[in-house]
Amino acid sequence: MSGAGHLSAQQIKMGRRHLVTPEGVDLQIELADVGARIGAFTLDLVFIILVLIASTFALSSMSFYNSELAFTIYVLISFLLRSFYFTLFELSRRAATPGKMILKIRVAARGKARLSAASVFARNALREIGFFLPIGFLFGIGSGGVDGWMSLLASIWAGIFLFFPLFNKDRLRVGDLVAGTWVVRAPRPMLAADLVTTDKPENEAIFAQFAFTPAQIDAYGIKELHVLEDVLRAKDADVLTDVASRIRTKIGWVWEEGESDVAFLRAYYAALRGRLESKVLMGVRRKDKFDKR
Amino acid sequence: MTRRTLTLKSKRFREERENVWKEMEALLQRIESRSVRNLTDEEIIKLPRLYRSTLSSLSVARATSLDQSVVTYLESLSTRAYYVIYGSQQRLRDRIYNFFVRDWPLAVQSAWKDLAASSFVFVLGMLIGFVLVSNNSDWFYSFVGEGMANGRNPAASEDYLRETIYGYDKEEGGLGAFAAYLFSNNSRVSILAFALGFAFALPTVVLLLYNGLAIGAFIAVFTGKDLGFEIGGWLSIHGSTELFAIALAGAGGMLIGRAVAFPGEMSRMESLRAKSEQAAIILGGVVVMMFVAGVLEGFGRQLIQNDWLRYGIGGAMLAFWLTYFFLPRKALSQ
Repeated sequence: MSGAGHLSAQQIKMGRRHLVTPEGVDLQIELADVGARIGAFTLDLVFIILVLIASTFALSSMSFYNSELAFTIYVLISFLLRSFYFTLFELSRRAATPGKMILKIRVAARGKARLSAASVFARNALREIGFFLPIGFLFGIGSGGVDGWMSLLASIWAGIFLFFPLFNKDRLRVGDLVAGTWVVRAPRPMLAADLVTTDKPENEAIFAQFAFTPAQIDAYGIKELHVLEDVLRAKDADVLTDVASRIRTKIGWVWEEGESDVAFLRAYYAALRGRLESKVLMGVRRKDKFDKR
Repeated sequence: MTRRTLTLKSKRFREERENVWKEMEALLQRIESRSVRNLTDEEIIKLPRLYRSTLSSLSVARATSLDQSVVTYLESLSTRAYYVIYGSQQRLRDRIYNFFVRDWPLAVQSAWKDLAASSFVFVLGMLIGFVLVSNNSDWFYSFVGEGMANGRNPAASEDYLRETIYGYDKEEGGLGAFAAYLFSNNSRVSILAFALGFAFALPTVVLLLYNGLAIGAFIAVFTGKDLGFEIGGWLSIHGSTELFAIALAGAGGMLIGRAVAFPGEMSRMESLRAKSEQAAIILGGVVVMMFVAGVLEGFGRQLIQNDWLRYGIGGAMLAFWLTYFFLPRKALSQ
């Protein structure tokens, strides 16, 4: 989580990408990882199959009265599910199927273009040859039987499509490649309380007990500050004790009777953040404890 | 020391701006779950202001705050807002209207070369199939699977063939079910013809040829029994729409294949991207045409038994599609 500016090669490799808005702010979006995408697709398949099963039951009871109508509806439902489930959901404002929503990812146009209906349609049309067609061959749907060579070819074919996202840097599926889209993470983090906030006056008094010397505060950099923030938010008692004792040793802080680890860590966090932020304001980003600035 | 920690600039910044962020978040939540139209005028005016203010908060936070949770939160909030603000503003109804009035016919119009090429390949397939099977009926079995032929092979009697042209096949289920089945099947084949296009359009050409061969072979079987005129009527009532749609799907595939094979000035990727949108619009229309064809085939063909009427409807449909696509129309500037 660096400031604005250019992404490092490492960050690009981890899936961060520049996205500069017309207002000139770089949003630095993050690509969805392949695991999340496979998970989302599996969930969507499960949903599709569940709907198919449900409609089979509903329509089979209906077919006692009008079998033709029931069959017609069934054929249309299965066609719509197979060909338009993904397209319709991805055309919605959240640009995500239910599976994608659950895994907090969405479809977006690569670059600055708008996500058009045509690209959503195109990326999902390619699913037909990438997934449904080879699956159809494997289970011999429509072809009557399964030929050994045929199913081997179908598996290789499907495999190329399946593993395609692993072999390009933007994790594009063949459909993404053709349609000019990609899949990005769409997390919705809650705004957690500021760790420096002292909601009650007595807390303020506790903070006041800790008077660190400038030398003690200068022991760490931004990287350690962020680790400390994670530790404080995770609230794992063992980790808190461990980290507190390490920091005490490092900065030469003497533990006194009645001093709680959490209070110590929060006070130190506030002091460290204040120190590092005032440096940032002067244009110095002290990366970590080895950065002597 | 205490005073300094408690009056961190980043903390004060957060306290001052937090309400704006919360407001933005609540508004986004409503827009994403429903639509922009449910907002009041006041909220619509507020939306871009909140967006810009969130973006500027992000810039400030990145430059001054070392609170990870604030920066992460603002990043995701800004990105969400960006996608809403710069996403499509069109209502679904307008999208559908524009599709039929402008996007679809224009996409077809400007792909006329590909349409000509795919029609040529398709018709060529039919001719080859027809000539080969007329000369030696054994060819029939290489072009048409037994399941598809359904007894309509060169060995069938004239009466049987006549029956298939005018009869009502009860085994297929009723008319509606048959129409639905044909629609979903044909649409899938069209999607396939399109999707295979990116491999330099070669699979698309093969698919078109193969389908053409099968149709030509069928026609040859019927003309061999002097039922040429009748099979023409049987085929044209829905075929003028269905075969046109298949040719269009092939054109979409060729458009993409051409973009990959001959990218010109652009990189292959850019070229692919530029053309795939147009191809996808054409294909979306093909699904609509297949629906019309399915209805004509399921209902029209079984209910209308007069050959001239069948030719009339088929011809009228063809004329309709041609006028619809190729009537000159102005491209609206976006």
